[in-house]
Amino acid sequence: MKHFLTTEDLERETIEGLLDDADGFTEVLKRPIPKVPALRGKTIATMFFEPSTRTKMSFDKAAKALSADTVAFSPGTSALSKGESFKDTALTVRAMGVDLMVVRHKATGAAWRLADWLDIPIVNGGDGAHQHPTQALLDCQTIRQRFGSLDGLQIAIVGDIKHSRVARSNVFAMSTLGAEVTLVGPPTLLPVDIASWPVSTTSDLDAVIPNVDVVYLLRVQTERGGASVFPSFAEYAERFGMSNRRFAALKSDAVVLHPGPMNRGVEISHDVADDKRALILEQVSNGVATRMAVLFRLLGGERDA
Amino acid sequence: MHDIVLANGSVLTSAGVRKASVAVQGGSIVAIGDDLGDSTRTVDCAAKWIGPALVDLHAHLREPGQEWKEDIASGSRAAAAGGYGAVIAMPNTDPPIDAGHLARFVRDRGDDVGLVDVFSAGCISLGRRGETMSHLDDLWNAGVRVFTDDGDSVKNAALLRAAMEYIAALGGVVSQHAVDPDLSAAGFMHEGAVSSRLGMYAIPSQADDITIARDITLAEMTGAHYHVQHLSTASGVKLIRSAKERGLRVTSEVSPHHLTFDHTDVATTHSDFKVMPPLREPHDRAALVEGLLDGTIDAIATDHAPHAALEKEVPFEHAPNGILGLEWAASVAIGVAGLDQERFFDRMSIRPAAIAQLEHHGTPLEVGGDATMVVIDPSDVWVPVSTESKSRNAPYLGRQMTGRVHMTMLRGSVTHTVSS
Repeated sequence: MKHFLTTEDLERETIEGLLDDADGFTEVLKRPIPKVPALRGKTIATMFFEPSTRTKMSFDKAAKALSADTVAFSPGTSALSKGESFKDTALTVRAMGVDLMVVRHKATGAAWRLADWLDIPIVNGGDGAHQHPTQALLDCQTIRQRFGSLDGLQIAIVGDIKHSRVARSNVFAMSTLGAEVTLVGPPTLLPVDIASWPVSTTSDLDAVIPNVDVVYLLRVQTERGGASVFPSFAEYAERFGMSNRRFAALKSDAVVLHPGPMNRGVEISHDVADDKRALILEQVSNGVATRMAVLFRLLGGERDA
Repeated sequence: MHDIVLANGSVLTSAGVRKASVAVQGGSIVAIGDDLGDSTRTVDCAAKWIGPALVDLHAHLREPGQEWKEDIASGSRAAAAGGYGAVIAMPNTDPPIDAGHLARFVRDRGDDVGLVDVFSAGCISLGRRGETMSHLDDLWNAGVRVFTDDGDSVKNAALLRAAMEYIAALGGVVSQHAVDPDLSAAGFMHEGAVSSRLGMYAIPSQADDITIARDITLAEMTGAHYHVQHLSTASGVKLIRSAKERGLRVTSEVSPHHLTFDHTDVATTHSDFKVMPPLREPHDRAALVEGLLDGTIDAIATDHAPHAALEKEVPFEHAPNGILGLEWAASVAIGVAGLDQERFFDRMSIRPAAIAQLEHHGTPLEVGGDATMVVIDPSDVWVPVSTESKSRNAPYLGRQMTGRVHMTMLRGSVTHTVSS
């Protein structure tokens, strides 16, 4: 594995190997001194061209728990605001002696461009509405911890599928691990021509609720690309929100996930968000351990080091 | 003693294709035949096509105003290398070509360079703002025959109707960048399986089709000659075919890149594939080739659109739209679209010259005519590695092509010979 860019072409063994590594790092993170020297002397740059709180902090924490040094780039305070190009910015940071870059960018394919231009491993921290592969890893880890395996699980991903990198990454990771994925959303937010995706689609959430083991809720907004995509938050909540009524109709061991940040009262009710079967904070915790696994693997660390 | 003899080629003459030599003296063709006598220079043209120099209905030469991308000198060199004798320069420059003196400037710059006859198209709307008519009479008097707001679609149907009525009376052609601006507003690529995978905002084929359908209705209403630029969809080809069957004055062009590439190439997210209208599906590409072969599509027009490396070396969504084309359109016509010699010169020279009403271009070779010609080896297999353009946004570079321009001549002076 040279880079970590997308879940589309990951083998099952690769994903499971990373999740197994993450299990080990979860133990590390529970120690009195939650740190290992695995990447001592390495420098990891977080290049977040698009604002982010949790993903950037999570990568930073993961790098430090592996004893790597971190340098951070943020567009507002950088030479990018003086007109430096995306490419020059990347080459400049590389020239400082960076061993790996995590990149988040609002444009699809940005991480691939860096992989073309630079000679170091690139981790895609989210590119446009395309891919966010470490999010899929942490989600799969959260589900695996609860159910033991994703094999045969029924998973509904609900909301703005069309504009979601989280949905795209999870569709391929979850189905590679054996889950059956259903995409649920208003017709305006389901992507076109997806016969090649390992999923079924529907706009009827209530029809799938009794059968699912996992409901994965996505954050929504009423406008996309300047176009109106559904009438109002109230109408969205009525048809696609995880209300108390729908939560009660779920199987008793079914769980709810959300990548954050949540719109309480829109895609998830206040009560469900705080229920113990909503695994939102477990997702956040697993983010650090799974990102440790990715950084460790890419920087050539031995699994048992 | 002739200046130059093109010996033993396959020559497109007014009596059809025949095996012959062509003798040139003082800028004119002085003989077409078998044994033409002594010459200062003789070029062996065995197994090569000889015909009128090519005519491009659609090139962005970027001058005035964007000379870091291209200028009329570099664009002329690229055109000569591509076999062209005449180029219609698009008017979306800075300032836009919306008045006669600006069109004269472009033509005069072309004459100064002297490699290719450069004619300027003129804007339909003042400042390309889509609100009021440009100085149509003034442009007409400056020699403009092709009117377009290319780069933008004329969205306002009332303005387009009025422009069609006015330009029809002058005798010009209304040439439309037919992409609905609302349906395409947020889009970067074709809407389909690839855009869904990439999560990219996308442009449905219907953005082109509804504009073409509306405009055909207005062309029927006004009697104007309506020309569709850079056709990209199978359904657009059908609309043109049916309009032609109804006898309307409708013509169309296709770009070399829409004949060569499709949206699966965009999956690489390389910004050289970013273009408007976007590269569509393999079945669209096939329909464009078919439409070109059967004559529904009148011309290959390059939509040569230079952008500097610094503008293209960014993520796909941030890159400007456009692909270079002048130097490889002939190769695409032969190697990709499979045009034979007669159809090649018909779609690359004769019909485009007729659409743009160019005199002294796009006519089969005849004694007494201008020696404005091209020599093409239709079976030369080659790999382009460089360009005469100031820009390099050309996904053809490094790709093997079949068919190559070996010599271009403008009124007897050789403007390009193949270097290898």
